[in-house]
Amino acid sequence: MTTRMVEVRAKVMKQNDLLARALRERFRSQGTYVVGLVSSPGSGKTAFLEKLIAGLARDCRVAALVGDLATENDAARLRRATPNVKQITTGTICHLDAQMVEKALETWRLDRIDFLFIENVGNLVCPSNYDLGEELRLVLLSATEGEDKPLKYPTIFNNSDVAIITKMDLAEAAEFDLAAARRNIESVHPGMQILEVSAKTGLGMQAVFDLLHARAFSSTF
Amino acid sequence: MHELSIAISMIDQIMEESDHRGGLDVEAVHLRLGVFSGVDKDALLFAYELACEGSPLAGSRLVIETIPLVIYCEACGQNRTPPSVYQLSCPECGTPGQKIVTGREIEVASLEVAA
Repeated sequence: MTTRMVEVRAKVMKQNDLLARALRERFRSQGTYVVGLVSSPGSGKTAFLEKLIAGLARDCRVAALVGDLATENDAARLRRATPNVKQITTGTICHLDAQMVEKALETWRLDRIDFLFIENVGNLVCPSNYDLGEELRLVLLSATEGEDKPLKYPTIFNNSDVAIITKMDLAEAAEFDLAAARRNIESVHPGMQILEVSAKTGLGMQAVFDLLHARAFSSTF
Repeated sequence: MHELSIAISMIDQIMEESDHRGGLDVEAVHLRLGVFSGVDKDALLFAYELACEGSPLAGSRLVIETIPLVIYCEACGQNRTPPSVYQLSCPECGTPGQKIVTGREIEVASLEVAA
């Protein structure tokens, strides 16, 4: 049997990308600054976010979407900092996509939210292909995970905007090589901004608040 | 493993293309997959077969062309292939490369259909 070739040239992520773009426009028009967070499981995403939300909630209206395979534990923790928390339980799916975000937002008034955080499922591989319409993507790496994580997961470090090194209070005990970690991040994402924090002691958190304030209220947004 | 989600998106897109063209009898799908796409080739091949079951694409082949990582070196003014996917710098002058030219593709290039 003979065959013929049909040129297609179609991006596989097109549908998600289009929806993410529409979400981004909606967020911008409503004045909501959206920050995505990605990391491996147990990197301290929720503790970091809890501190971040509590700090920002003093003078801003803050909300969070939390992706998790199962359980509402993370959402329950974040509700201590703001009542505006919604859990997206993904079941067996290892990442959030733009459609899940759109659906979760259905009942929220975006014009009443200044900052929206989207905590992805703990995973450094799968979320990297899915644009969620966020303005800024933070990738978290904890001092206890080891400094070579960026080399193992170059894609997600490359397509995130800022790297946050968490659990810095444990750096010494874990014999964490900060200079090597910074070098590895620079190697997979030249010029990437890197901040070091400890959600527990509060170390470095001010720099994160400053960054978010500056980005959210800058003229480019 | 997000390759299953990717495979399902692929199938949706191919079916859309097929419908556009009045229905195609697809024998093979040619995919361009960048080494910096975050998608594993073998996992995708496995997921594709699984995702095709019970669809009009069941039994079709997935042919993957691997696209290398190429960055643009500002200092040399040239496209360069970095030493590895975890060292994004120019192999000639060592300048870190911020601009990725190829390597992120997940793209259905063409379909091989029964004539």
